[in-house]
Order: sequence, then C-alpha cells, then structure tokens
Amino acid sequence: MSATLAGMPPKDDATAVRLGRRRDRTDKVMTGLAIVSTVLGLVFLVSILFTLFWRGLQAMGPTVFTEVTKPPGSGGGLLNAIVGSIIQVGIGTVIGTPVGILVGTYLAEYSRGSRLGEAVRFVSDVLLSAPSILIGLFVYQLLVLPFGGFSGIAGAAALAIIIIPIVVRTTEDMLQLIPNTLREAVMGLGSPKWKMITLICYRSVMSGLITGVLLGIARIAGETAPLLFTSLGNLTWSVNLSQAMSSLPLTIYAYAGSPYEDWVSLAWTGALIITVSVLLLNIIARVVLRKS
Amino acid sequence: MSQTANSVPKPSVGTGSIGAMTARSGASLNEARIAIRNLDFYYGTNKALKGIDLDLPARQVTGMIGPSGCGKSTLLRVLNRMYSLYPGQRAEGEVMMDGQNLIAPDIDMNELRSRIGMVFQKPTPFPMSVYDNIAFGVKLHEQLSKSAMEERVEWSLTRAALWGEVKDRLSGSAMGLSGGQQQRLCIARTIAVRPEVILLDEPTSALDPISTLKVEELIDELKRDFTIAIVTHNMQQAARCADQVAFFYLGEMIEVAPAAQLFTSPKQKRTQEYITGRFG
Ligand SMILES: Nc1ncnc2c1ncn2[C@@H]1O[C@H](COP(=O)(O)OP(=O)(O)OP(=O)(O)O)[C@@H](O)[C@H]1O
Ligand SMILES: [Mg+2]
Repeated sequence: MSATLAGMPPKDDATAVRLGRRRDRTDKVMTGLAIVSTVLGLVFLVSILFTLFWRGLQAMGPTVFTEVTKPPGSGGGLLNAIVGSIIQVGIGTVIGTPVGILVGTYLAEYSRGSRLGEAVRFVSDVLLSAPSILIGLFVYQLLVLPFGGFSGIAGAAALAIIIIPIVVRTTEDMLQLIPNTLREAVMGLGSPKWKMITLICYRSVMSGLITGVLLGIARIAGETAPLLFTSLGNLTWSVNLSQAMSSLPLTIYAYAGSPYEDWVSLAWTGALIITVSVLLLNIIARVVLRKS
Repeated sequence: MSQTANSVPKPSVGTGSIGAMTARSGASLNEARIAIRNLDFYYGTNKALKGIDLDLPARQVTGMIGPSGCGKSTLLRVLNRMYSLYPGQRAEGEVMMDGQNLIAPDIDMNELRSRIGMVFQKPTPFPMSVYDNIAFGVKLHEQLSKSAMEERVEWSLTRAALWGEVKDRLSGSAMGLSGGQQQRLCIARTIAVRPEVILLDEPTSALDPISTLKVEELIDELKRDFTIAIVTHNMQQAARCADQVAFFYLGEMIEVAPAAQLFTSPKQKRTQEYITGRFG
C-alpha cells in the first residue's frame, strides 16, 4: 500500500483548485438552467389552472349538480354527465382492477422468466401505450356493432381495458419490490403459495396497490376518445347501461365546440370538476402511499 | 440437558457417522433425527454441495461452520426444501427422516416445512401485529380456539424470551420492534408451529451482543424439545451452542465431530487452519 503511494507523483494542489473552480462554474450554469425550465413549466401550469378555475367557476353553481343537460339558452347542469361518468368509471374499475391485479400477480409471482409471462407482459405494455381511440374502436367492433347500438356498458368495457394494463404494471412493480427473504419466511412456515400471496404479499404492498388503482381511475376518468365509439354520449337523463350514456369528457367535447356561450361555460365547469376530482385522487394516492 | 444425558447413544451407520462420542456438554451424541447421505446440490450447473454425509442428532445442536460460500446455507435450504421454490436448483442423494427421503419429488412440502422450521439471517417480520405474526403459521396447520391460540402465542413468545417485552403490545405492528426483538419474534413464530427440527442460518449476525446472548440461551433451552442446526461464522458461538460441529469447505464437508473435540483436536489440517483463523 505505502509502496504504491510512495511511487505515485505528489499531489498537485493547483490542479485540484482549478478543477474545483470548473466544477463550481458548471454547477452554477446547470442550476440556472434548471431554475429557468422550472419557472417556464410552472408558468404554463399556473396559467392553465388559472384559466380553468376562472372560466370553470363562471357557470359553477348548485344546478350543475342537480340538473341534467338542457338545450342551449335554457340553463341546465351536468348531472347526467357526472352520473354517467361515475357509472362507467365505476364499472370499468370494478371489472378492470381484479383482472389487472391477477395478471400482475401472475407476472410477478408465477411466470418468472416463462415465455407466456414474457408475452403477457409485452401485450400489457403495448396496451399501456396504445392510443386510447384504438381501444374505443376495438370495443366498437366487439360490443357496439353486434349488439345494435352504443351503450354505457360498452363505454365501461373500454375504460376497463384501459385501466387493466395500468393496474398490471403497478401490481407487478410493487410485488417485485418484496424481498424474496419475506417470501421464503412465509413458505418456510409451510404456507401454500396462494396464502403467501394473498395474506402477506398483498398486505405488505397494499398502499402501493391502492395508489396504482387510484391513479388508474384518475386516468380513465378523463378519457374521451374511447367513449366516442362506445357510449357515444347522451344529452338526456339515462342510467340504462344498454343505451347511449352521457359522460363528462364527452359533454365537454360536445359543449366546448358548440357556438352557444352557456354550453361553452358549462364545458369549462365540467373540465374543472374532472380536474379537481383527479387532483383529489392523486392527493389521496400520495397520502395512502406515504402512510405505509 | 438432562434428556440428552439420559438418552442412549446409538452408533449410527454411514460414512459420515461419528458414533457415540463425548460432546461439549459431556453427554454423548444422540441417535440421528435426520441422516444425510451422499447429498449433491446444484444451482443450475454449479455444483454447490458435493457428497455430503451428516447426521443431525436428535434434540441436540449441530453447528455448521466454514468460510463464506462453502455451502452452509445451501445445506439448510435443502433440508426444508426451500430450494424447490426456484426452478433450476436441484438436489440428489438422501436426506432421511422417519424413513422418508425428504428430497423425493412427491414429498408434501407444506407438511415438511411445518416439521422443519427455519430462521433466517435477517429478521423478516410479517406486516401485521405481533400476535398475528405468531398466529399466522399456527393457523396454517391447526384449528385452535381463541383461548388455545392465545395460549400458544404466549407459550412461543415466552420460549423465545420475548414475552415480557411484547406482552403489552401484542396488537401493535411487528415492524415497530427492534431488530433483536424481530429476530426473536421470528424464532417464536417458527417454534409456534411446533416443528421437530429448527434450522438457524446465522440467526445472530444482525444482533447486538445482548440479543445474541439471549438467542444463544434460547437455543440451549430449545434443544430440550427440538433438533437444531445452526450456521454461524462465530467460532465462540459454535463452541458455546453446539453439541456437534461440522466444518465445510468448497461444498464439501471436511470434518464433523463433537464440539469439544473438533475445536481442541481436529483431525483435518484444513479444519485446524480454519478454526485457528489462518484462512476463511
Ligand atoms: N441462488 C444461487 N444461484 C447460484 N449459485 C448460488 C446461489 N446461492 C448460492 N450460490 C453459490 O453456492 C455456493 C454456496 O453458497 P451458500 O450461500 O450456501 O454459502 P454459505 O456457506 O452460506 O456462505 P455464507 O457464509 O457467506 O453465507 C456459493 O459458491 C454461491 O456462490
Ligand atoms: Mg449463508
């Protein structure tokens, strides 16, 4: 040790100082760039939010939540759109979540390295990044054309297909975080594998799973394209799953492009409602995740 | 203690047997509870154990020592079939217990693991209450009334020298215990299932000296009822705890002897070099 140290050239203090100065300069430049980009991003974000609240609050009032959409000039609210969204997102989540969790569990706990597992993961990843209008078209072929018309259930199915790969991803990622030592400790007590997964693994990543589902819900709550071809939208009150059903994104789409001022205002209000709900879901997800 | 002294030493058969000899406690080695014969183990193509012959004497402690990577953990993981969780790992040979070969493919592994419990190097509390940590394993194999379960929890925590420290926080999360308490909880969890054999893989390597002492006392106490195998890097610990000590090197078992004998007059040169700290 000392021999090699002795054999090395002596430390050059001047070079060290020069290198240190260079690091300081680079540091300052990079910090400056980071601050500028952050401010730029924040400016856009704040202006969007500001516009959203400014325009959205103009038509906001109790009637938005108590009255259904009405013809231009006659007031009305968004009740049918809100209820339609809740129904379709609710059903989509209830169908998609268990499927997604089971598939994610298969990938993390059962398929390790198998061909089928690789294929399933690939398909799921493709689904995750597929444009959502494709999924709308797919469900249109599958559930709209053969059954003679647009329906709420078709909309829910499209949303389920969108949420599945999101839940698959988070479930698999979360389960992968569990150290094998924990699995071995459970199996070492003589536990069957399914009990290990349901009683220990799920429990130890519960908050992560919930977060994944909440973020998934946040994502599908704002989806418009897949609903265009499936539940179509409905300007009257309808909770019949076999008929065209209203939803917030579609109502916003229809209203915002219309020439009527009160409709445009309501569109902004609908956008505000979605944004605030999604924001709330994200906050809840964060709180849940932090609690663990 | 008294039990080991009273039991009749029986000379066992096989190449790895050492018959009746004087062990640390002055008692002799008991009849084998598990007899390992000509055991090979493979991680894929990498042969990690080569022709192991070893008896684990009933209700006594077998210490396993040897340099890092020599296959001690691997041997424990064969005994409770932990390796079967991973495709590509396989064992060949005989691990006989009650006339059954434990590494045969048709063994009921859940039942086997309830008879051969394992405590790992790092404590692995389950994300649930202290009480449920213990009850979890018991419920897998027995249907107990609430009071019987409470009794079992108290019994196992008492045996693991943890009852006094946790009796007021049984419903609190096990994650909130200290490392040493967590390790004793894992031991309690293992004995609550009432296995016949307990495998301990460096159980005290993450513990402070006081917790280590508690676990060692516990091992001494547990061997009245259980057959124990303990892997350790700590020579003193092996000398303190074990009745019989086996020395492993590069996947082979070089020597096995009663503890006193192995540490005072080892037969093999490698053993001597290892226990005197000349390598490993
Ligand atoms: N999962 C694995 N895959 C492949 N080889 C492995 C695996 N686990 C262990 N081995 C190899 O098997 C040999 C024995 O490992 P083992 O863990 O049994 O050693 P050990 O005696 O317990 O060592 P230590 O004292 O460091 O815990 C080592 O050479 C190791 O590299
Ligand atoms: Mg080891």
